[in-house]
Amino acid sequence: MKVTQQEFLLGMVVAHKPGVLHRVSNMFRRRNFNIESISVGATEEKELARMTLAIAGDDRVARQVVRQMEKLLDVVSVSVLDKRRTVQRELALVKLPASDPKTRSDIVNWANVFRSHVVDLSPESVIVEVTGTPDKIDAFIELAKNIGVEEISRTGVTALERGAGTVNRKEKV
Amino acid sequence: MSGARCLVEALRQQKVSVIFGLPGGHIMPVYDVLLDSEIRHILVRHEQSAVHMADGYARASGRPGVCMATSGPGATNLVTGIANAYMDSSPVIAFTGQVPRLQIGKDAFQEADIVGITTPITKHNFQIGHAAEIPRTVKAAFHIATAGRPGPVLVDLPRDVQTENAEVDFSENPQIRSYPAKNNPDPDGVERAVEFLSDAERPFILAGGGVLISNASKELRLLAELLVAPVGTSLNGKGCFPEDHPLSLGIVGMHGRTEANKLILEADVLFAVGVRFSDRTTCKVDGFCPKAKIVHADLDPAEIEKNKEVDVSIVGDATIVLHSIRNRLAKRLRKSKANRWRTRVQELKDTMRNQNNANEDGLKPFAILKALRKTLPANAIVTTEVGQNQMWAALHFPAFMPRTFITSGGLGTMGFGFPAALGAKVARPEVPVVDIAGDGSFLMTENSLATSVCERIPVIVVILNNHMLGMVAQWQRFFFNRRYSAVELGNVPDFVKLAQAYGAEGSHPQSIEEFSSALQRALKTNVTTVIDVPIDPEEDVLPMVPPGNSVDQILA
Repeated sequence: MKVTQQEFLLGMVVAHKPGVLHRVSNMFRRRNFNIESISVGATEEKELARMTLAIAGDDRVARQVVRQMEKLLDVVSVSVLDKRRTVQRELALVKLPASDPKTRSDIVNWANVFRSHVVDLSPESVIVEVTGTPDKIDAFIELAKNIGVEEISRTGVTALERGAGTVNRKEKV
Repeated sequence: MSGARCLVEALRQQKVSVIFGLPGGHIMPVYDVLLDSEIRHILVRHEQSAVHMADGYARASGRPGVCMATSGPGATNLVTGIANAYMDSSPVIAFTGQVPRLQIGKDAFQEADIVGITTPITKHNFQIGHAAEIPRTVKAAFHIATAGRPGPVLVDLPRDVQTENAEVDFSENPQIRSYPAKNNPDPDGVERAVEFLSDAERPFILAGGGVLISNASKELRLLAELLVAPVGTSLNGKGCFPEDHPLSLGIVGMHGRTEANKLILEADVLFAVGVRFSDRTTCKVDGFCPKAKIVHADLDPAEIEKNKEVDVSIVGDATIVLHSIRNRLAKRLRKSKANRWRTRVQELKDTMRNQNNANEDGLKPFAILKALRKTLPANAIVTTEVGQNQMWAALHFPAFMPRTFITSGGLGTMGFGFPAALGAKVARPEVPVVDIAGDGSFLMTENSLATSVCERIPVIVVILNNHMLGMVAQWQRFFFNRRYSAVELGNVPDFVKLAQAYGAEGSHPQSIEEFSSALQRALKTNVTTVIDVPIDPEEDVLPMVPPGNSVDQILA
């Protein structure tokens, strides 16, 4: 598989127990790999968790990351996701100042264009929930900067490859 | 059964016969049980020595070494030794006490997060949550430390887990669902390696610590002889190929032998087995065999491409890889194409030997080590400290048998050699064990003299004494305009009196003859002897490849 981008996505299935995130993140620290984003959550099996990591680096870095991760006992399986056939999603909550009606209506319009939702409204501010690829979220945030962004919370990208294969059932490198 | 009893029983079932350690508050329940156990406990005077002893024991015997310490400072004192074992792939299992479960995270007295601290320097580590987990965790720890590429494992035991009573089941096995230990190599890789090697006109074998760990020395020799390929080793591979063999070139690298460094760059096919292409072996990595086809075999898949891109990679156990390559090669190779190569190898070896023999007079490291080699039997075990002593030993003290040369190659830990020698002697009491030391390194763990005397573990320490941190001084001579910064150690201590103060013996020879007779006496006594040999502080380790240069740019 070829990853030409300078950033690649790693799908990992790990034991769902305390200390595992430390072992994984420690490997990045120790081997001088760089995490751009990380998202973690439960899976279809209760003793397993899924991690999706966006990592800076080329093919060679990607192969090293996979091989080093496979040495961790709590890592059940790990593979580089093929971006061409991977569904990627990230969610962001963006808080914007909105004390005047004109700004409020701008925000609602932008949210519609981005197929996102206004999920909270208070006298001074609005929270918008944006879901999509990281690029789309970046674009929304760029736009929102025109009126000033008060606070952002992003989940980091989560991803699954299309089709029948799963990370859990892939051959180990 | 209490957790402590459970631990000692689990260790007995793993056939542990010796533990190196030092007790303290939060490991006392285990020590109480150890008193009634058949397991021998060797009391150290500093925990760092306990882990080096376990490491030396493991490397000399091939069996895992076990050490034990209390929580907090006891555990953190193990850290250097654990990192050392990790870098050199040595199966060491460390047991540490921990504060009671409810105090964890409260900055309790003698609390340290040793699991967090040792995560990057262990293959895996555990903190026991309940006494009932102890049998399967101990099994898992020994399995992980020894399976695949060996390495250290730490097990942290909260004090109240040691005293807790639990129903335990010693037949329970751990579930390790994803440990990659792939011993059998991929046949395609082997086939491609055979193709390269059968066409090679100038084959070269670079063998490392992986060959020793796999006990693959015989297979290595048979392959080298079939190919007529000269063999160079990494520092940690020293001893995996007999250094008196006509095809042996000694070590490659920053302080490699000139013939080894020159010939490896002349090779058309490099077969690297059980090595990790460390910077000390390759020097400038881009300048390391840029024209050769490189075949890299290692048990750890993460070593492939980590430091050096290669033409063929084979993941597998060294013995199996060497055996399958030789089998297929024997069918294909009618006659080695390496006859002219063999002549070239022999000529260069002869030239270098004549040059080396030139500077033999006086109490020079070369002459001291030559006398040491002449006196010691082939199966004697030598350990080294780190620095000039280590590099002189690597260059001038040939090793003839596997597991007879034990050194801190990866981490470069001063103070390793002496406790490692004691650990090796415990594993192999029937052979003489010698620590080739420098005065700076020996001072870091000299308190192990107390252990060696009280526990009756007699070894010989040969101090090449230049009253200097010699290797740093050498670099200051070469690269810092002879500005000696913080390297002069003064004329203290008197090592003979130091040895005697511990109840060991000491001598201070002034000539090679006196050194040889001191050594003869030391081999006959049943107490540790420190032989303090004065050497010239200006003596350099040569040849040397200055940092940043390729392996054939040698200062001689």
